[in-house]
Order: sequence, then C-alpha cells, then structure tokens
Amino acid sequence: MLKVEHLTKIYEGGTQALEDVSFEVPDGQFLAVIGLSGSGKSTLLRCINRLIEPTEGRITWNGVDVTKASQEEMRRIRRRIGMVFQHFNLVHRSKVLTNVLQGSLGYVNPALSLINRFPKDQVRKAYQQLARVGLDDKAGQRADELSGGQQQRVGVARALMQDPEMILADEPVASLDPVLAHSIMQYLETINNEDEVMVICSLHFLDLVHRYADRAIALNEGKLVFEGSPSEIDDAKFKEIYGQEAERVG
Amino acid sequence: MADNTDTSVQTVEPPVTPKRGLKRMVLLILAIVFGVVVYAYGFDVTNVNLDEIKSETRQTQLVRVLRALARPDILTYERISTPTDAAFAMPCPAGGFTADDPGTGSRHITIEPACVEPGDKITVRGFNFSPNARGNLYQVPPADDLELRLGEFQTDEVGDFELIVNTRERGADEPQTIRAVTRENIGSIFNPADVEVEDNNGVISTVKSPRISETTKNTWDRIVETVFLAFLATTLGTMIAVPLSFMAARNLMRDISVPMTKLALQLIALPAGIGLGILAAGWARTISEQLTGSVFLVILGLAVIPFLMVVAFRWALPPVEKELPTPTERGVRAVVISIASVGGIVVLFLLASLMVTVGDWLAPRLSGFDFIGSFVASLGDILNAIITVMTALATAGLLMNLAGKLGMWMKGHLPAGFIKVFRVPLAATAGALLVGLIGMGVASLYQISDPVKAYWLPGATGAVIGLALALRAYNKEQVGVGLSVYYIARTIFNAIRSIEPLVMVLVFVVWVGLGPFAGSLALALHTVAALAKLYSEQVESIMSGPIEAVKASGATRIQTIVYAVIPQIVPPYISFTLYRWDINVRMSTIIGFAGGGGIGFLLQQNIRLLNYQAASVNMLAIAIVVASMDYLSSRIRERIV
Repeated sequence: MLKVEHLTKIYEGGTQALEDVSFEVPDGQFLAVIGLSGSGKSTLLRCINRLIEPTEGRITWNGVDVTKASQEEMRRIRRRIGMVFQHFNLVHRSKVLTNVLQGSLGYVNPALSLINRFPKDQVRKAYQQLARVGLDDKAGQRADELSGGQQQRVGVARALMQDPEMILADEPVASLDPVLAHSIMQYLETINNEDEVMVICSLHFLDLVHRYADRAIALNEGKLVFEGSPSEIDDAKFKEIYGQEAERVG
Repeated sequence: MADNTDTSVQTVEPPVTPKRGLKRMVLLILAIVFGVVVYAYGFDVTNVNLDEIKSETRQTQLVRVLRALARPDILTYERISTPTDAAFAMPCPAGGFTADDPGTGSRHITIEPACVEPGDKITVRGFNFSPNARGNLYQVPPADDLELRLGEFQTDEVGDFELIVNTRERGADEPQTIRAVTRENIGSIFNPADVEVEDNNGVISTVKSPRISETTKNTWDRIVETVFLAFLATTLGTMIAVPLSFMAARNLMRDISVPMTKLALQLIALPAGIGLGILAAGWARTISEQLTGSVFLVILGLAVIPFLMVVAFRWALPPVEKELPTPTERGVRAVVISIASVGGIVVLFLLASLMVTVGDWLAPRLSGFDFIGSFVASLGDILNAIITVMTALATAGLLMNLAGKLGMWMKGHLPAGFIKVFRVPLAATAGALLVGLIGMGVASLYQISDPVKAYWLPGATGAVIGLALALRAYNKEQVGVGLSVYYIARTIFNAIRSIEPLVMVLVFVVWVGLGPFAGSLALALHTVAALAKLYSEQVESIMSGPIEAVKASGATRIQTIVYAVIPQIVPPYISFTLYRWDINVRMSTIIGFAGGGGIGFLLQQNIRLLNYQAASVNMLAIAIVVASMDYLSSRIRERIV
C-alpha cells in the first residue's frame, strides 16, 4: 500500500511541479499517471523513490515513511523499487549483463561489487531476467548495440533484478513505436499479474491506459485533476485533463 | 506547460531598424584607431627593432648559426689533410721575387703579387683542387714551423678558388710559404673506410669513418631519459588525477550535503582517524619486524595472513545482504574487520621488505638487466614509505564513516531540541580543530613560535566560525559539503596549473637533486592539476540518465560512480591522457633547462657553448621523438576511442 499525502514540490527557482497531490495505491495495482508534458508526472514518480526530494508532504509505503528515511534506509527502500525510464538510461558502453546486474547493487557486498565481482547466483538470476524479456543471447553485447525496444527490455530486466515490490515506469514507451510499445507494456503487465508487483506508470496514449491500467490518475500543472477507472475518462474528462483545445489521438 | 494549449495566433511586427550608418562608421573608426594603438604599444613593449635585423654583423652571425644547424653533427668523419705550398717574399727583396713556375697540370696555387710589404693584401688563386672542397689558407714563415691562419676558402665546381687575404706582419729575408690545406672526409655513409688513428698515448687503433658521433650517442642516452621521464610523469599524474577529478566535478559534488551534526562529528573524527592510523601502522610495523629477519618467515607470513584475511572478510561481509544485521553482529564484524585490516597492513610491510630483499638479490645477478632488480627494490621502498600514509587515510575515512553513522543515529534517536543545542559546542570544537590544524601548518611555515599566535588564536577563530555556522544553520540543517570540496579542489588545481613545470622543477631540484627525477616529479604535479581539471569537465558532461538509474536501484554513491560514471568517461579519459603524454614529451625536452634532466640539459649546454652542430642533433632528436609520439598517440586514440 502506497500512500501519498499532500505532496508538493517546488524546484529551486520557484517552479511548482506538484501541488498538494494525495492518492493511494493498493498492493498489486497497475496505476497509470496521465497528463501533458510538464504536468508533473516525472516529478511525482521520482518523489516516490526520492530521486527528487519533495518540498512538502508525506509518502508512506507499507507503513514506512519514505520522506523521513535516512540515506541508508532510503537505499534499502530503493532496492525494492524498480524503475524504468523513457530514455532507458542504460550505460551504453557496458555489457547488457552488467546493466542488468546493476539492479542487484543494493543487495550485494559493496566492496566486491566495486571490482565488478557479483555472486554467482546473482549472475544466474541476471541471465534468468534477460531470458524473461527474451534477450539472454545478447548478454555479452554492448548496450548501445541494441535497438531501442531491446534496450527498454534490458531496462525492464534491470528493474526485475531488484526483486521489486513496486515498479515506477516513467513513460516507458514514449520513445518506441506502437508495436514495441505494446510488447514492453505486456512485460509490465505480466510482472504486475504474475509477481503481483505494484506498477505506477506514466503514459501518453490513452489507449494504452485503457488497455493496461487498473486505475488512472491525471495531473494538470501539478494538480491532481482526475482519479478513477480508465473507462471513466470520457470526452469531458479528457478536455479537463488535457485542456479545451486538445484532440484525441490513438 | 501552457505553450502546447495556447493556439491563438499573434501577428508579430518585424522590428524596425533605425538608420545607424553614421554611428556605426564612427564606432568602426574608433575600433580601428584602438587596434592600431594596441599594436603600437605592443611593438614598443616587445622591443620590435627592425634596424637590428638589417645590421650586417647580425646577418652574418645568423647565417653562421643557420649553417651550423643545417649540418648536425650526427656522424664523425676521420679527415685527411692535403697541403699545397707556394713561395712568396715579404718584404720585397731588392731585385724583386719570382716564384717557381708550378706548372698547370697538377694541383697548385698562385700568389699575386709575388712579393708584398708585411701586412699588405695578396690574392691567392688555386687550381685543380677537388671540386666544392673547403680548406684553410696559412702563411708559414721560414724560421719556425708555425702556420698562421689567413682565411678559409671553398673551391668551385671545377676545383678552383680565389681568395684575397691580408698577410701577417712577419717579414723575413728568406722566401715565405703560403699553404692551402684542404681537409676532406674519408669514406662515406654507404662505403665506410677503416682508418688507423693514433691517440695521445701513441696507441694505434683502427676505427670506421664515418662513425656515429659522440654527440649522437649522448643525444640517444638523453632522449631515452626524456621519453621515460614523460612516461613516468604521465602515468603517476594520471593515477592521482583520476580520483581527484571526481572531487572537481560539479554534477557529482552538488548533491552531497550532510547535516551539521554529522559534519561536525566527521571533522573531529578526521584528525583522530589519522592519528589512529599512524598508530595502527606502527603496530603493524612492529609485528612485521618480528618476521622480516628471515626470508622464510616473510614468505610464510605472506602466504598465511592473506588467507586468514580472506576468510575473515568472507565471514564479515556476506555477498548478499537481505536483512539489516543486529547491533551485536555488527560489533563482532567490525572487530574482525579491524583485526583483519591490521593483518593487511602487516602483509603490505612484509611485501615491501620481500621486494627490497628480492630486488637487492636480483640486481647483481642480472647483468645488463640489473635495473629490474633495483626497480623492484625501489618499489619495495616506496611501498614501505606510503603504507603509513595509506593506513592513516584509510583509518581516517573509516572513522569519519563511523562518526557519520553516529551523527545519523543521533539525528534519528535523540530529540530534535537536544540536537539543536548539542551541535553548537560540537560545531565549535570541529571548527577549532580544523582551523587550529591549518594554523599549525601556517605557523610552522612562518616559524611562529608564540603558542598564542600558533595555536590559540586560530583555534579560537575556528571555534567562532563553527559557532556562527551552527547558529546560522537553524533553518537550513544541511551543509553543502560537496560544493565546498568542489570549489577548494578547483582553486587548488587552477593555482597549480598556472605554474609551469619549468618553474616547479626549481623546487623539486632542491628536494631531490638535479636530474630527471626532479623533472618527472614537477611534470607529474602539473599533470595532476591539468588532467584533473580536464577529466572533471568530462565528468560534468556525461549523461545523467544512467546515474539516475543506478541510484534508483539502491546503489551507494561509490557504486554509482563505478557503474554509471566511469564507463561513460573511459574514452575521454584515455584521449586526454594520451594528449597529456604528448604535452609531457614536449615539456620534458626543455625541463632540463631548469635542471630537470632529459635532453634539455644537453641542448642548453650546447647552445651556451655555441656548439650549434651538436645542438642541431639534439633538436633533430626532439623533433623526431615528438612527431613520432604524436603519431603514435593519435593512432592509439583512433583505435581505442
């Protein structure tokens, strides 16, 4: 159970990215976050694992106050939250396997990991995660030799490596073509269904929201403007979320 | 945010440009006048003097130097001298003087007029000499066997020459001799000749002509020294610059901020840790000295202790950590790790001693490669010297880490009000300690013996600063340590970088003596500062995405650097290191000018002795080495990057 209460983020320089956002996500739910570019979706996701420090408000996850956690505690919380990024954020010059193994950094012995030594079972697990996204034959290649869709699958495998209880996906398919977009979303769906992992996913396209999400929240200029089932988003709601001039595509 | 939705179209008036023709013209003229003034001043202060260039003596000197430079003294030829004599009279005898007819077929010289008054000019003509040969013209008075040099000649393409010279004022009744001596090289590069030469002791030996000159041999020795000087400076500098560069990278340091309490505790832990480290190194040295008496014991120690250490670390640091260890577990682990660490220091001491022993044993047994033995022994000495420093730094780091944890624990477990009060004296102590230590350093530099000025005054200043910071930090609990380190590191790098290695070497010469060692240290120091700056700018320009991703997986700061930063910076780091290697090779060719060894020393000597032919060889060697290093490094860069 993730509980976000009165979350506010004001960046240095005064930009208000989030304004008093409150919502709850039960375990195992697939939550879609929608809204225009710049509406605060990325900031919201990054506040949950505190890659961005919230200005005000409280985030509690399974009863633990994330906003009050110390650095060491935060590391332990983060290792259970997988994250998938719009631009994949792989280390291009590293091998695919190394990129996946990065997901285990929060668990392994820090000293040995510095000289690129991982326990055998972690390496085996990394291969398993790669197999799960159908890329076990690419383990030895450099990450930048892969296509965009393959890179994002490595990103998913990296998140899976963490044995996550929650996955934050920041527009995971925005840089991919529609076919690839569905394949990545299906991976997330599988993880959500099979491993009962909570998925919080920001999305651009409403058809993806209808197809994959259990529930949706919408942000507009940092404010929560909608919360409910994706099917409730009719034309009126759509205009409310995206503005009066917006046209529906896709 | 709103830009996507705002679809209303606004008509924008094109900006009207007023006519500014006159104003522009005036500005342009002013700019030109300003430019001329700047150049005029520049000419004045740099003493541009065109009269000097036109002067006859300058030009002959220049030509002489250029000619010498164009004939580098690479090969030494044995030479053969062939004299050709002709008689003449000085002063003119009563009946005049007629020289014997030399005939016209063979090599001969003629003098005109046949007799002169002492000191008058004569015209000497030579015929049938070797074409394009050089030689000297002498006057040989009849009484003694003395050759008085009159001038130098060069024959034309058919072997003739004409030279007008002043005679020397050595009149005699007998006829005098004018002697033209040509000196010609024996042998050629493609067909060297064997020549018998007699040295000062009368021993006759056979040598090749031409053969490699002494200058070339010296140049070769020095150029090897130069290349390795640059190599050592670059590698040493790179090793130190890489870790330092992270401290000067804004994007890595910006986010590092710690609570006041933690910072104060860590600052107090720093000197304590250094002290403890020195102490621990002392113990380890004592333990290791029990073993260093016999090589057998040393080897035994080197085999057993690392094994025990691995076992201890394996036990204390589990490969995968699922749950937080209990406090008791943590305590036991900490003790085990500490003991194992002392063991590690003992191993390093033993290793150092073993290296010295092995090196000393090897050196006399590897004829020709004895330098490998001395190198191993030197490495042992260096290791021995830096163990204490490393231990002190490591212990300081460890203790700071513990202090940081204590600070975080206090923040989490003690009431906020108590901490707010508690951190005031803590910050004051930390400030007093820090500034006090700096004060001690300054005091020893300026030889201040007054304890009030040396210790109490800086201590009190630091306490006041700490106090002020602690009181001010009420609202802002976090202190941006990262940015402070960033600015300090940047300032130090810039200061060091602005001093050329040529100047730095003066200090190092005082410390380690004249020679290439001083040169390589000076170059290494400059390399550290320059590379750390270049590297850190590369770190600043990396993609932040991977950093974010690795951080999000729960990695520590060091893990983030190793997995997200380092892979991104490898190519530019290699490229910059190679570029620096280029610079260092060039720099090392002149570092000898200031006593830093290498070919510069030889070059400077030759220039001072006006031995331009030798200097020319030195410069040629520099050009070849720099050009080939340039080529080599660009090839490597292409290959790797």
